Amino acid sequence: MAFSVIPDVTLKGISACVPKTVLENRNLPVFSGDEVKKFIASTGVERKRIARNDICTSDLCFHAAEQLISDLNWDKSGIDCLIFVTQTPDYDLPATSCILQHRLGLNNEVIAIDISSGCSGWVYGLNVIASLLSAGNHKRGLLLVGETSLKFCSTEDKSTYPLFGDAGTATALEFTKGGEGLKFHLATDGSRFETIIIPDGGYRNMITSDSFSSFEAGQDIKRNPTKLFLDGMNVFSFGILRAPESVNLLLSHFDLDKNRIDLFVFHQANLFLNEMIRKKLNLDTEKVPYSLRDFGNTSSASIPLTIALNCQKLAHSPARIVACGFGVGLSWGSVFFETDNLVCSGLVEI
Amino acid sequence: MELNDFLKNFSELFEETDSSGFKPSTRFRDIEEWSSLLALAVIAMADEKYHINLTGDDIRTSQTIEDIFKIVRSKK
Repeated sequence: MAFSVIPDVTLKGISACVPKTVLENRNLPVFSGDEVKKFIASTGVERKRIARNDICTSDLCFHAAEQLISDLNWDKSGIDCLIFVTQTPDYDLPATSCILQHRLGLNNEVIAIDISSGCSGWVYGLNVIASLLSAGNHKRGLLLVGETSLKFCSTEDKSTYPLFGDAGTATALEFTKGGEGLKFHLATDGSRFETIIIPDGGYRNMITSDSFSSFEAGQDIKRNPTKLFLDGMNVFSFGILRAPESVNLLLSHFDLDKNRIDLFVFHQANLFLNEMIRKKLNLDTEKVPYSLRDFGNTSSASIPLTIALNCQKLAHSPARIVACGFGVGLSWGSVFFETDNLVCSGLVEI
Repeated sequence: MELNDFLKNFSELFEETDSSGFKPSTRFRDIEEWSSLLALAVIAMADEKYHINLTGDDIRTSQTIEDIFKIVRSKK
């Protein structure tokens, strides 16, 4: 069992940035008939934000980070750790975290790491950056997590394009002695790596002219192998099994009282799936915030975005939070952490 | 678990199809109302009513309602 406790690290602040451009699902031509109504009722996604071609995930994360650093009143020279989690980097190489180190004006004495991860990415990134900070060798860290998923979804695929939205986030952490520490359960099942995949464009299946041949994979589902494939049934089956299981394992392993948790923040997959998870865990609706309606499934950004949008109480009082991410990999995990007067920036739009 | 109960739970997922039309031998993909969202509803129903995790592959390899019933029963 992949449990871990990471002491002496505090989550200081969270911010999120989205593109200004709103895409209304009702206006998408991908649906035939009145299917859009059923889609919205089932997924809960009415609209989302879409990044123009000249806006990368790193741009969204950059602006989220600048706002958060300013709101925290942090001296940039004190930041010595930067992790960027995404599957839409600026380039195949170099790592985008290096570019962000320079662009944010951080000094050269910084560890900068890219992590390729999707819907579980914030939880995994949190584990890695907290581990780096925990020993006290590094004092302040930025976890930048985001995705511009719509760039790799086929506009003619009703199973992906209406579901996803673009967002970038920043989470600030600090080495601080004391506190309960962050507690994790993390897990992986690579046997099912083809459940959510972009088949062509890496080094296993390099791009050929065939990569751009579109095919019909079902009604209103047309894409080519450079675009995202998502096996909706198997993702649903995986999510309703593994997300509640992971949260229950976390709570029981660390003897955490469910009633003393103030907020359960789940990766925003879709409303039907997320409500199944909430009901299986028997959680009150007011403890389980959503960002699906206006922002869609924002992949790895969905947990910090949802926290940033529901931050009013967190900004003025201590809170005990459980977050759970699950998806591409397949990869999933849960984390428990405490906050005290969390610094929450207002939503940044570019 | 009873086939008749499963048939009833299965038919209740449909809003527009008359429940009298559901037989164990019904090929569910031939039902006009069948959709990818209803496939998810079947997986959700198996979880809620029988605490069984049906996969997408389980649905894909099934032709009739009884085929799905047999998979659910075998996982019990």
